[in-house]
Amino acid sequence: MSKTKSKTIAFVTCVLLVFAVIAGCGGSGGNNQPAAMNNTAEAGGEQTSGNSNSDTSAEKTTITLMVGNTGTTLEALKVVAAEAEKKLNIAIEWDIKPDGTEGDNLVKTRLATDDMADLLVYNSGSLLQALNPEENFLDLTNESYMANILDSFKETVTSGGKVFGVPVGSTNAGAILYNKKIYADLGLTVPQTWKEFMANNEKIKAAGKTAVIGTYKDTWTSQLFVLADYYNVQQQVPNFAEDYTGNKAKYAATPAALRGFEKIEEVFKAGYMNKDFLATTYDAGLKMLAEGTGVHYPMLSSALDAINQNYPDKMNDIGVFAQPSDSADTNGLTVWMPSGLYINKNGKKADAAKKWVEYFVSPEGQAVLSGTLKAVGPYVIKDVALPEDTYQGVKEMQSYFDEGKTAPALEFVSPVKGPNLENITVAVGSGISGAKKGAEDYDKDVEKQAQQLNLPGW
Amino acid sequence: MTKITMRTYSYAFLLPAGIIYFVFYLLPTILSFFFSMTRWTLMDWDFIGFDNYVTFFSETALSIGFRNTIVYAVVTCVLKVVLGLLLGAFLTSGIMFKSYLRSVIFFPTLLSTIAVGIAFSMMMHPSQGMINTSLAALGIAGPDWLGNTKIALLSVAFVDVWKGVGIATVIYIAGITAIPQEYYEALKIDGGSSRDAFWHITVPLSRPAMNSVIILAFIGGLRSFDLIWAMTKGGPGFTTDLIASIIYKQYQAGFYGLATAGNVILFICVSLLAFPLYKFLTRSEVHL
Repeated sequence: MSKTKSKTIAFVTCVLLVFAVIAGCGGSGGNNQPAAMNNTAEAGGEQTSGNSNSDTSAEKTTITLMVGNTGTTLEALKVVAAEAEKKLNIAIEWDIKPDGTEGDNLVKTRLATDDMADLLVYNSGSLLQALNPEENFLDLTNESYMANILDSFKETVTSGGKVFGVPVGSTNAGAILYNKKIYADLGLTVPQTWKEFMANNEKIKAAGKTAVIGTYKDTWTSQLFVLADYYNVQQQVPNFAEDYTGNKAKYAATPAALRGFEKIEEVFKAGYMNKDFLATTYDAGLKMLAEGTGVHYPMLSSALDAINQNYPDKMNDIGVFAQPSDSADTNGLTVWMPSGLYINKNGKKADAAKKWVEYFVSPEGQAVLSGTLKAVGPYVIKDVALPEDTYQGVKEMQSYFDEGKTAPALEFVSPVKGPNLENITVAVGSGISGAKKGAEDYDKDVEKQAQQLNLPGW
Repeated sequence: MTKITMRTYSYAFLLPAGIIYFVFYLLPTILSFFFSMTRWTLMDWDFIGFDNYVTFFSETALSIGFRNTIVYAVVTCVLKVVLGLLLGAFLTSGIMFKSYLRSVIFFPTLLSTIAVGIAFSMMMHPSQGMINTSLAALGIAGPDWLGNTKIALLSVAFVDVWKGVGIATVIYIAGITAIPQEYYEALKIDGGSSRDAFWHITVPLSRPAMNSVIILAFIGGLRSFDLIWAMTKGGPGFTTDLIASIIYKQYQAGFYGLATAGNVILFICVSLLAFPLYKFLTRSEVHL
């Protein structure tokens, strides 16, 4: 065999191998499996026989709505869609997307390829800003119903002075969920300061129960001590969000902000978490809280809805208190705004979509929605009050709202949010790195994100 | 022989394959070099030169990623080469149920990597997992396989070997059965033991097979991603991050330009390791 030939074959094989490598990696990056299965609104298909048959059913318009599949939002929207179909003769075809970062990439891809559904349910705040709303969504600023929507929400769906979305569901708070039954058994009171919180933890641990539930198998759950501490941060450093966005304030260099990381570290060092917290999932954590084997769970109040699905009889045992600060005078809730409903600007059925949205935010539509999608915090639409059967934990949150002791989470007042926070908080929460190191790592992570977003000053 | 006469087909015949190769392989590669120098949101891009490369190299987890990638590739490669050879020699000997045992060894290769990862991460649960409950029954306190930062990467590597050793074994079986029986007969006449047969005939003469296994396993290890993602997602913290998982997380975060720069770097690194390795191995190959 000639030497050149075998050399050539060797070379080609090598090249192919390397390409296979690249193809493999590229695939894993872009291959976010559109888990979108289009299933027509079967729920809306209770075939409103009498009604729609009398009209010419040929006139029925069908629009598409893209929404994530976690929680009860989809179920609740299906009920609203069924009502809307009767009223407006507009049917919804569901376009289910995954949640989290997979969903973010799917939405971006669909927008970039001009393949977005007519309606989209998506986060408000910094994640919406990353979608370039002015180019992609319909301006709703001058719609009459906007007068009924609270400014605090509108700010999070505004870009370039235009409002783009209406709220889907209620607010949501980052707080400490606790088991009231165990609190009563052990004679504990709701802590006003971090010191009292740690003292309660000590007593719970002594009673042989898990004081703080850690569910780091689902890494996002590890961030709560940092994110839900933002009310305390902005009370002590009022211009933190602004300076942080402008690259002037850092987590590691701002003692009030660093406290969030320190709180994670303190809880780990004191051994208050369950033994297998690195292998415990969110669902397992909810079970521990509901059954009282774990007592404190730093979590979003939307977890109440998840508990209600699996342990409805335990709902009255679950309370909510704000993440304590170092001073009893500072005690308030960090609030997450609801997701928004946006209309695709480049969709072909924008008029039908607009009508649908108008019905959705009407008092009637909201009444139908809240029948299924139970509130996990107060609403952001005027005159929509919490219903009687609201969860006990949410009623406890209402008092913070009544006293004005709330602040939006940092991600709603600043576009800067590092993608690796959850890994960094896992590292701090499992003792791999210290609080200070964690905060420094996060500052670097944030820098990368701000540069990629091309924010001024970075 | 000149180059002209070596060519059997006219260029027109090569065109269809050439177009496919260009559109699906060459063009994306060239484009990726371009997009790695942009700030890219899928919707629009602006050219920023080598900033992405600077950012990528200042990534905190990058040194962990490089180290883990090398460790992972070497550990899985060595284990597959050694275990594959032993299993190959075992399964070519005159044992009973040979074909049954061969298929058992090969079976894990057919499974979905993600399914294997999920199954093993459940079995490796520190208190409820099958592995540690079995160990506890024997009175041994098993470690937290995936939570302990010192062994998490090795736990995943072990699963990778379990899943991938079947391929290595099959390649060895092919290599070993190709060795002419005359060598073994000659050894027997000279009074050699079966140990001698293994060390002095089987091992050196299955070098071509071994080379294939080394190349496949090593490159497979360098670009490994799916198993680690299914089992640890690079965690706890960043302790089991590989280059590929760092890049994936950047894609997830929407840093498409930055992640593409990472892929270009991975491409260069893999090339730098794979070409010389391939050259070295093919040079020292023994002909039968």
